[in-house]
Amino acid sequence: MKTSNLIRVAGVSILKNKMRTLLTMLGIIIGVGAVIVMVAIGEGAQSQIEQQIQSLGTNMLIVTPEAASQGGVSMGAQSRPRLTTEDAEVLASEAFLLAHVSPVINSFTQAVGGTGNWRTSVLGVSPDYQQIRDWALGEGVFFDEAAVRSMRRDVVIGSTVAENLFPNGDAVGQRLRLRDVPVTVIGVLEPKGQTAGGNDMDDTILAPYTMVQTRMAGRQFIGQILASTSSPDDLGPAQEEIRQILRDTHGLAPNEPDDFTVRNQGELADAAQGMTQVMTLLLASIASISLLVGGIGIMNIMLVSVTERTREIGLRLAVGARGSDVMVQFLVESVVMSLAGGVFGVALGVAGGQTIAAFTGWNTLVSPATIGLALGFAASVGIFFGFYPARRAARMDPIEALRYE
Amino acid sequence: MEPDAGDPQRLIEARHIERVFRMGRTEVRALRGVDLQVQAGELVAIMGASGSGKSTLMNILGCLDQPTRGSYRLEGTQVETQDRDELADIRNRKIGFVFQGFNLLPRTSALENVELPLLYDRSGRRFNSRRVAAEALDRVGLADRMDHDPSELSGGQQQRVAIARALVTGPSLVLADEPTGNLDSVTSLEIMALFQELHAEGVTFLIVTHESEVSRYAERIVELRDGRVTRDAPVQDRGDARDDAAASLDAEWTAVA
Repeated sequence: MKTSNLIRVAGVSILKNKMRTLLTMLGIIIGVGAVIVMVAIGEGAQSQIEQQIQSLGTNMLIVTPEAASQGGVSMGAQSRPRLTTEDAEVLASEAFLLAHVSPVINSFTQAVGGTGNWRTSVLGVSPDYQQIRDWALGEGVFFDEAAVRSMRRDVVIGSTVAENLFPNGDAVGQRLRLRDVPVTVIGVLEPKGQTAGGNDMDDTILAPYTMVQTRMAGRQFIGQILASTSSPDDLGPAQEEIRQILRDTHGLAPNEPDDFTVRNQGELADAAQGMTQVMTLLLASIASISLLVGGIGIMNIMLVSVTERTREIGLRLAVGARGSDVMVQFLVESVVMSLAGGVFGVALGVAGGQTIAAFTGWNTLVSPATIGLALGFAASVGIFFGFYPARRAARMDPIEALRYE
Repeated sequence: MEPDAGDPQRLIEARHIERVFRMGRTEVRALRGVDLQVQAGELVAIMGASGSGKSTLMNILGCLDQPTRGSYRLEGTQVETQDRDELADIRNRKIGFVFQGFNLLPRTSALENVELPLLYDRSGRRFNSRRVAAEALDRVGLADRMDHDPSELSGGQQQRVAIARALVTGPSLVLADEPTGNLDSVTSLEIMALFQELHAEGVTFLIVTHESEVSRYAERIVELRDGRVTRDAPVQDRGDARDDAAASLDAEWTAVA
């Protein structure tokens, strides 16, 4: 049979039972809608996390003093944190592939000044920190190498700190006390938003690490070293370079494990992406159960339809339809039905995703790939669940079918 | 008699047709060696009581079924060696069916019902199926009822639609199975009149019936009993269904008056 005839025949019989068709399609509509909404939530979360990881900085490498675990067993016990500002300085001067290096010393402190006081984290860093984090200044300047060398008491504050202590926006030039150390605000950072974990990145004060170490933290060891390369391609080699230099500086014997860990931003992104992908997959597979149920609904109705139309099938066979014509007719019917359900389901899913986004403030994202996948899935549900009824129709004996009451 | 497949007038050449149905362990021999020849252009009535095998014979002649033994040639094509798809193609090209219950698709216009066999045409001919279907409806006198659903048509009109559907592909043979079984006597006569007219135009008809009133309008009667042909003879005083229909209408009017 010609394709145009086929579509016509299928369309005619679908439209003749509007209510039944609609109810049958409802299963697919809900199934596809649910899959779209779930994937939209998953992909929305994923893109949000990607953005957040991007906002950490560019081409970033993170060195932490914790030991690498080997075979799942942490080797931390015999390798206590031994990351020092000297390590950062060695890396800065020796590592070939690193564009910027900054130690990070974290000290949680009460900041007093302006309109009151504010508890926040003071990070002792080097001027390179600004480039590594790719963090623009809203006002003022960032402290320089000279400030680090002379342990100058200049600080740059995050926008949250600025808003709370200097609501009038006149932070630059003001004085603050961090613990008992008087400092001068020389710059205010642009807002950067929240981390993936929900921490406010703008709730921070940046100060020269030398100053923080001697006047505030009083510790020899530091929390982490941040570094960056000029190109993302260098991340891998730079990781290895850092490892070699630090093993050297730490004087580790070849059989000793590393007493530090070097991770790059890509790995962080991969880990987070892996997690959200698992979540998306989980949500989608739960939702696709309803699509499966919808498919069973289609099969059920197609079986009823085939039985009901036995005489029609007999007639078609008698006037010259081949078994394959009848088979294709019923398959087209179930595919048209499930595809139409898929189209409505996509509309429902997109609307549902937006509604959820509006009510919860979550990020939802419906990509064309998701829509294509959902429609393809709906069509294959139609073929899969339409196959058995269609084959039953095609194998009918015309004589018996014509006699059927 | 020697088989002469070369005879262009010979439409049906059935020899020693046997059809055995197996129902569990019992065998039912529905046909026990039927010989039948039909020339193109004949109007034949196949008669017999129920259980005589006439339906089985019709199914075989209509290529809906195949004989267990024997040979059936339709226009020189050996039917019993064809597969399912080839049989479907033969039915589409060469055979038109008219059923007792009309078998029209519900909620489908007369025109679309008539068009149905054309949808399965595989000859590759190009034609406007709507127009061909409309012409067939015109032939049976229903040009003004094309857009009506079967439910909006009388029984006689429905059967005319079914006859138009049988004619639409220009078949070599029209098989009618009890075509007047669901109709009143006047309408039956009108349908028989239509058969006679179409026959006069050259269509070959095989009408299966158990009513002797119907067989009167055929040229030849083949009678079956217990799966065998017991009589095969021309009709002596052949009736004109058109006249008889008019007469019986008159009689009805007189009775009413």
